[in-house]
Amino acid sequence: MSKSPVGYYGPFGGRFVAETLIPALDELAEAFGTIVRGEAFQDEWRGLLARYVGRPTPLGEARRLARAIDPEGRALGKLWLKREDLCHTGAHKINNALGQVLLAKLMGKTRVIAETGAGQHGVATATACALFGLPCDVFMGSEDVKRQAPNVGRMKLLGARVIPVESGSRTLKDAMNEALRDWVTNVRTTYYCIGSAAGPHPYPELVATLQSVIGEEARQQVLDQQRALPDAVIACVGGGSNAIGIFRAFLPDAQVALVGVEAAGEGVQTTRHAATLGAGRVGVLHGSKSYVLCDDAGQIQEAHSISAGLDYPGVGPEHSWLKENGRARYLSATDDEALAAAALIARSEGIIPALESSHAIARIGDVARELAAARGSPVSVVLGLSGRGDKDLSTLLARLT
Amino acid sequence: MKRLEAAFDRGKVLVAYLCVGDPSVDESVELARSCVRAGADVIELGVPFSDPTADGPAIARASQRAIAAGGGLAATLRAARALRAAEPHVGIVLFGYYNPLFVRGEERAAKEAAESGVDALLVVDLPIEESSALRHAAAAHGVGFVPLLAPTSRGDRIGAVRVAAAEGPVPFVYYVSVTGVTGTTATDAGKAGARAAELRAAVGLPVVVGFGIDSREKARGAALGADGAVAGTALVRAIEEGRAPAARAEAVEKLVRELRAGVDEARPRASAS
Ligand SMILES: Cc1ncc(COP(=O)(O)O)c(C=O)c1O
Repeated sequence: MSKSPVGYYGPFGGRFVAETLIPALDELAEAFGTIVRGEAFQDEWRGLLARYVGRPTPLGEARRLARAIDPEGRALGKLWLKREDLCHTGAHKINNALGQVLLAKLMGKTRVIAETGAGQHGVATATACALFGLPCDVFMGSEDVKRQAPNVGRMKLLGARVIPVESGSRTLKDAMNEALRDWVTNVRTTYYCIGSAAGPHPYPELVATLQSVIGEEARQQVLDQQRALPDAVIACVGGGSNAIGIFRAFLPDAQVALVGVEAAGEGVQTTRHAATLGAGRVGVLHGSKSYVLCDDAGQIQEAHSISAGLDYPGVGPEHSWLKENGRARYLSATDDEALAAAALIARSEGIIPALESSHAIARIGDVARELAAARGSPVSVVLGLSGRGDKDLSTLLARLT
Repeated sequence: MKRLEAAFDRGKVLVAYLCVGDPSVDESVELARSCVRAGADVIELGVPFSDPTADGPAIARASQRAIAAGGGLAATLRAARALRAAEPHVGIVLFGYYNPLFVRGEERAAKEAAESGVDALLVVDLPIEESSALRHAAAAHGVGFVPLLAPTSRGDRIGAVRVAAAEGPVPFVYYVSVTGVTGTTATDAGKAGARAAELRAAVGLPVVVGFGIDSREKARGAALGADGAVAGTALVRAIEEGRAPAARAEAVEKLVRELRAGVDEARPRASAS
C-alpha cells in the first residue's frame, strides 16, 4: 500500500526519540525481524494464545443488541461481536504483552517496563512477566490509579510494581513520558513493552503484528458463519492497537468499511475530548509522527475521556495513514454515548463491556444506517469488543444507577 | 555559526542551558546575560515543551512553569533576539523538542531563528535520519544543526553525524554523558570527556559533554577530554531556588564562575576578543 521508507506509513511514523534510544530501537527492529517472525517464537506464542489466553476468542452474533439498535432490522442485518473481552486478563492487550515479554526474554533483557492507562496493558504485562519470571515496573498516571483501582490491585498481586505518575494530566500520556525516561536510563537491561500500536518504529508494526491475530480469526469466523465478508468492521481507537489488530486482515477487502471510534469526551467541540484523528493535527509525540492534540505553539494538549484507555492525545501512525488515504474512517462517541451503549449491551446481551469498547458500540447504528442506505439492503457488522468492564464497575455504577 | 566557531577557536567552551520563560521571558534574557558575564561562551535557549521526555524532574518542572508564564517557541525566539541585541558575540543555540518546530513549520522556524540571531538548532528528539528537512531549512538560512551522540551510539551513528556535517553546517556535537535524562548525578565526567575525545577524532568536529555537569570538578573532568562542557539542570535548580531576581542572578553567576574555573583548569582559553 505504501512505498514509504522503513518505519513509515505514508508520511506517518518514524523514530523521534533521544539518540540514546536509537541503538535500542535498531536492536528491537532486528529482533522483530529475526525472532518474532521465526518459527520458535511463533510456536511458543501461538501455543500460549491457545492454552493460556483462550484463543481463538468467539465471534458471536448479538441478535438482541442488533434489534435494540435497529428495531426494524432495515439497516443492521447481522451484528457480530469479536469477543476479546473473553481473553485471559480481560482484554486484547494480552496478545501483545505475551508476545513482547517473550521477545524480551529471548533478547536477554532482565527487566520489563510498561505504561498503562486503563490498567489493562499493565495487568497484561504484569501477567506475562509473572509467567516468564521477569521483574515488571508499570507506570500509571495517578488519576488512572484512582479510577482503575481494581487493575492496580491486580498488578500488585501479580508481583509488579505500580509507579504512580504525578506530572501533567496524570494519565496515559504522562505515564508514557515516565516510561520513556526510565527506558533511556536503563536501556541496556530493560525492555520497554509498549501497550498500543504507537511509539517509535518498530513498535507500531510490532504491536500491529501481534494484534493481527484478532482480525485473522474474525475474518475466518465471519466467513464460516455467514458465508460472506461483513460490510463493516468497527473498533474503538485509543492508541489504536485493537483497531489495527482487527482491521489488518480486512485491509485488502475493499468492500469492507473500516471504522474507528475515538473518544469525544464531553464533545469534540469542547476542549475535553480525545478525538485525535477527528480533531487533531499532524505532529510528533512519543516517538512518531502522527495526528496529535496540540495547540498552535506545538504544546501537547491534555485529552479527556471517561475511559482511561482512550484518554490519550496521540494515536498510532498507521491510523493516521488509513485516515489520510481513505481506507478507514474515524468517528467518535461521547462519554454519555459510551455509557448508554454499555448499559444497552449489558441488558440486551448479558455482556458488561469495557468503557473503551463501549465507544465503538455507540456508533454501530449510525454506521449501519449509512451503509445500508448506500447499499440498498441491511448490512452486517463485526464489532471488536476489545475488553470487559470489570475494571470500570465503579464508574459504571456511579454514572448509570 | 561563525560565533560558535570562534568560541571553539578560543579554547575549551562553557555552554549554559536555560529554560526560557522560567521564571519569565524577560528574566531569562537577564539570566543569560549573567551567564555570559560569568564566562559562558554559548547559551542554549531552551524552548519549554509540555512533554520533555529526555528531561529529569528539575527541567520538567521548569518547563511547566515556563509554559504557564507564556513560554514556548515564539517567546524563546523573542528572548534570542533580545539576547543577540545585548550580546553580539555570544553563541546562541535554540534547544528543544521537535513538535513546536514542526508545528511552526520547519522553514518558517529556521528563518525566524536566523532572524533572531540564533546560531544553531539542537533538537533532542530528532535523530539525524529524521532531521533532513530541518537541517536543510536551517542551512539555507545560515543556521547550524547540533547532532547528539550517546554512550549507546555505535559506529553507524558516528557515520550519520559525518553525513550531516557534509550536508550542512554542524558547529559541534553534543555528547550525552550517561544513558539517562537531564539532572542525573551518575555522570563520570572524566570518562565522558575521554569518550568525547575519541568521538572528536572520529568525526572531526568539536564535541561537548552534557548531562550531569553540576560542579567545578565535573566541568574540569569533562573538559579535560572534551572541547567543552554543558551545564543545564544545575542552573535551572539555582533559578528554581532563588527567591528574587537579584538572588537568582547572583546564584547563576556564582555557579557559572565555578564551572568556568573548572573548564579553564582543563585548559585555559585564549583571552576573548
Ligand atoms: C479494553 C480496551 N480497549 C481499548 C483500549 C485502547 O487501546 P487501543 O486503542 O490500543 O486498543 C484499551 C486500553 O487500555 C482497553 O483496555
